[in-house]
Amino acid sequence: MSAETALIRPSGFSIAQYAICLKGIVWREGLRFLHQRERFIAALVRPLVWLFIFAAGFRQVLGISIIPPYEVYVLYEVYIAPGLMAMIQLFNGMQSSLSMVYDREMGNMRTLLVSPLPRWYLLAAKLLAGTAVSLLQVYAFLVIAWFWDIEPPPIGYLTVLPALVMSGLMLGALGMLISSAIRQLENFAGVMNFVIFPMFFASSALYPLWRVKESSPLLYYVCELNPFTHAVELIRFAFYGRIEWLSLAVVSGCTVLFMVGAVMAYDPSRGFLARRGEPGGGA
Amino acid sequence: MKPIMMPAATTADPPALRVENLSHAYGRRQALEAVTFAIAPSTFTVLLGLNGAGKSTLFALVTRLYATQQGRIEIFGNDIGRMPGEALRRLGVVFQSRTLDLDLSIMQNMVYHAALHGIGGREARMRAGAALARIGLAERADDKVRDLSGGEMRRVEIARALLHRPRLLVLDEPTVGLDIRARADILAQVRRLVAEEAVCALWATHLVDEISVSDDVVVLHRGRVLAHGAVPQVVKDAGAPDIRAAFVKLAQIPAPTSSEAP
Repeated sequence: MSAETALIRPSGFSIAQYAICLKGIVWREGLRFLHQRERFIAALVRPLVWLFIFAAGFRQVLGISIIPPYEVYVLYEVYIAPGLMAMIQLFNGMQSSLSMVYDREMGNMRTLLVSPLPRWYLLAAKLLAGTAVSLLQVYAFLVIAWFWDIEPPPIGYLTVLPALVMSGLMLGALGMLISSAIRQLENFAGVMNFVIFPMFFASSALYPLWRVKESSPLLYYVCELNPFTHAVELIRFAFYGRIEWLSLAVVSGCTVLFMVGAVMAYDPSRGFLARRGEPGGGA
Repeated sequence: MKPIMMPAATTADPPALRVENLSHAYGRRQALEAVTFAIAPSTFTVLLGLNGAGKSTLFALVTRLYATQQGRIEIFGNDIGRMPGEALRRLGVVFQSRTLDLDLSIMQNMVYHAALHGIGGREARMRAGAALARIGLAERADDKVRDLSGGEMRRVEIARALLHRPRLLVLDEPTVGLDIRARADILAQVRRLVAEEAVCALWATHLVDEISVSDDVVVLHRGRVLAHGAVPQVVKDAGAPDIRAAFVKLAQIPAPTSSEAP
């Protein structure tokens, strides 16, 4: 075509360039996480408080009968450990969403979005980066939990990994979808109240669902419909080297659904961005 | 594709930026109305307008933060809606708000940006090192961005925007919040790029004193282009003694506030 086109590379990007971009985004997310020590400590302290204090207090109150995947009576601490792993990821997913809002306010999100690579790819890379960070947090938690007698079969540490990747992607995608809809940082409190708490409490994270059913059938159905329940169960079974197929299906389906929603929301022609109004920080 | 009546828009070489009949509304409020102009390669073009003239909306559309509702935008002949990747890879952007990661080092910021354009490893660090050397910040590559002054951050942002070697650089009020010295530095840096490296710059501002006689200017007011062309021509057409007077006259800025507004 013109002299200008000849100057630049032929059109399109190679697979290697896609890989460089992904690596760059994951690397930056990791660096940012390491630089924010408070965030790392908070991410660890939160589940540990539940484990050390809440679980100890409730150990006597809540007897857990033998339900799959457990083959013997387990301590309450052991029961809630998978729920706490999922909680770490839930918070991380929402925190990534918070950082996206922050990024958007600060303009970093713009830097990402003016990359010439396809936008769905940029968002997927961002999602993978957030998931990688959540894995770091979960494994750090597991190391400490091991000293608290949360000891799965050693192979469990490996088999839980794919489950954690799946649940991390689902919760990250949900956070991303939410981030496209909230405009200001302050709204994170709203996210806490309306997303994190209901999802966490109306799930199998803290109590087995048969117990919930005994007290309230309605709540039981709510819990069953909650994708977070399935994230927890997927992790719980995988932790003991088993696959919970229904949960796997639900988590996969929700990941796709949330991701498609997030890509659409960040699509300049269809998304909320275009409808919402004026460029942030613009004159 | 009908050629529009601009000196730059010859068919052989597409303009660096062509904006055609661009309109954009936020709900009922019309932010841009039938905006049309083109920028020839290797020119320094000032987009002059008061706050609220529609400059930032225009930038959001050119950088594809928003999709075009009406009209079209082409970057070196690549339609931003139909070929966003091809258009964006030819574009360097300096946003009005600061977009560097304060907690990361200058080099880390640069390498991250390069990765977003598919440039990695040694090549990225080499380009970043050269770019930093050119703005005299090479020895501070490992400093945190947080430790830089406002003017230095801007210079880094401009260097960063050029890492993937775009021929078109758009800057949205890049001198906002800077002191006189830093403003002059930034302006000189970009003018040098245009003169020596054949980069084409679109510089948005509301400050008339950032315009030089040899520039092109697009006067934007309340979402409409009031004038477009070489500065002497715009001044002459407006029947004014200089560009400041021309702007005041075109934008019909009331006389008492004219001294402080532009």
